Amino acid sequence: MLHRSHLYGVMGEFASPEELIHAVKRVREAGYRRVDAYAPFPVEGLSEALGLRHSLVPTLTLTGGLLGGVGGFLFQFWVAAVTYPMNIGGRPLNSWPAFIPVTFELAVLGAALFSVFGMLALNKLPQPHHPVFNVDRFSHATTDRFFLCIEARDPKFHLEEVARLLQSLHAHHVNEVEDD
Amino acid sequence: MSAGQPPLDSPDIRRLTPVLGPGHTFASVTDKISAIVLTRPISVGWFVGFGIAFSIVGMLTIALGWLIVKGVGIWGINIPIGWGFAIVNFVWWIGIGHAGTLISAILFLLNQKWRTSINRFAEAMTLFAVACAGIFPLIHTGRPWMAYFMFPYPSTMGIWPQFRSPLIWDVFAVSTYGTVSLLFWYVGLVPDLATLRDRAVQKPAKIIYGMLSMGWRGSARHWHRYQSTYLLLAGLATPLVLSVHTVVSFDFAIAIVPGWHTTIFPPYFVAGAIYSGFAMVLTIAIPLRKVYGLEDFITMRHLDNMAKVMLATGLIVAYGYFFEFFMARYSGNKFDMFLVDQRLHGPYAPFYYALILCNILTPQLLWFYKIRHNVTVLFIMSIVVNIGMWLERFVIVVISLTRDFVPSAWGRYSPTGWDWATFIGTIGLFVMLIFLFVRVLPAISIAEMRELVAETSEKDK
Repeated sequence: MLHRSHLYGVMGEFASPEELIHAVKRVREAGYRRVDAYAPFPVEGLSEALGLRHSLVPTLTLTGGLLGGVGGFLFQFWVAAVTYPMNIGGRPLNSWPAFIPVTFELAVLGAALFSVFGMLALNKLPQPHHPVFNVDRFSHATTDRFFLCIEARDPKFHLEEVARLLQSLHAHHVNEVEDD
Repeated sequence: MSAGQPPLDSPDIRRLTPVLGPGHTFASVTDKISAIVLTRPISVGWFVGFGIAFSIVGMLTIALGWLIVKGVGIWGINIPIGWGFAIVNFVWWIGIGHAGTLISAILFLLNQKWRTSINRFAEAMTLFAVACAGIFPLIHTGRPWMAYFMFPYPSTMGIWPQFRSPLIWDVFAVSTYGTVSLLFWYVGLVPDLATLRDRAVQKPAKIIYGMLSMGWRGSARHWHRYQSTYLLLAGLATPLVLSVHTVVSFDFAIAIVPGWHTTIFPPYFVAGAIYSGFAMVLTIAIPLRKVYGLEDFITMRHLDNMAKVMLATGLIVAYGYFFEFFMARYSGNKFDMFLVDQRLHGPYAPFYYALILCNILTPQLLWFYKIRHNVTVLFIMSIVVNIGMWLERFVIVVISLTRDFVPSAWGRYSPTGWDWATFIGTIGLFVMLIFLFVRVLPAISIAEMRELVAETSEKDK
């Protein structure tokens, strides 16, 4: 196995989303698993081509919503009926319908916070530097170019073979990605 | 579009006025939108506009400073009119904010492609409007440095907020709304900030956009989770936006004051909010597309659609006005009937007639295709609706408070110069923030425009 420690992977550049998806499928068929694609917008069908499973984001969002809603309601109950009860004309202390607006708002707030910060955490962002930025042409990944990177940690990784595979898929440029 | 007027109401109109001008590629939309921020020199017009807005913000600062020194006595409020301009302006601003979330969340869920080029600045408009709105409840407490009393925190006095009060609901609704709108806006901005980072030439811009973009690199795994979050945020923001103005309307509807205590308030407030919000989006979009040459992105189709939404929500608002009258007569409640009579014949009747003119009669012109496609008329009309919606809140707040149950509790209200200085000051703040936003952040979502290019080019094949 030809494995250089300072190599992150090999990256191919494509001009259109269709080319990228085609390439991803072929690379996956060839048995590579440590593969990532980079695109300037969410390309339809790319997640499926890469075999990405359901993300954890919806579960996290639900958790946040439940925590916010249930916690918010119980908190209001505790304030209004337990720690600071106010007898106003003998009305019930646990006046739950009056707690619904705040319960709803806190459920939404909890869900939104968990969703966004959960997504960032799962994506390991913020991450100021990443080896792919070492490739000069990668700056086009946020404009109009599509990249496919086969990473060196893939058990099947072999520099020449991977480069040949990407070339055979009509990648416009094939670059080695330095790891620093 | 100058290229041949399409026949009136022809089925081809959709095709002839697309959501994106022809011939655009991933690179061309990126270039065009990012150039406004990165390469375009700052024009004299921008400086003049910004300068005017900035001096108005100066006036706002003075008005707020004097308020803090002297207290709310510098305003025109009195007993019985404890809620003067502060609440009128608060409701007006928070209503304006609603269109941004509606465009970005509800139209996203409904898969309306035309939202793409207007959602970014509409969301920015929401944030700025919420910021302006937030000032008013804060300062009308009289001692704004005590405003943290509203939040439940373990105080040494052992006191907790009254969660049965709509005013506390308001605190939670508005702060949640502000937070979620900010998150939604920022999540949408991250890929575009990465674009700006990669295209910026000057070092400081590269560093600032780099930090803000959090190292976004467009990885498919990231997009996968990102899309999930974006969709969920849209789903969360949709009921949220409807709840916010509902809660604002509860501030009135929960009270027993005649003219406020009605069940129609929540839906009618929400419709009014969307109405004024779309009017404000038009007020901003029309000059923006003209000045920055964005006619290919914000096409006549967008303006036409927004005008239609305005017309539809305007009709819901008209229905609300009608039912206020109907229910007052139908209930047979003499206080409600008297209040309705006071709207028509009382001391503030001119405001009411002006409101009917601005909010119900003028927008009926939007039924006509030619009016919807006349940019100047549309611009003027959007301002008329904004004025009308402000008058609506004035009528609701002032007439009800000046005509309470017993004549001994009646009064009159007129704003002072400080009231006006504060109100106009927040308009200056809003305009200034819009000016800054257009220069430092992409006013149109670049990533979503590229998606739109991908979809339209697929359709052509």
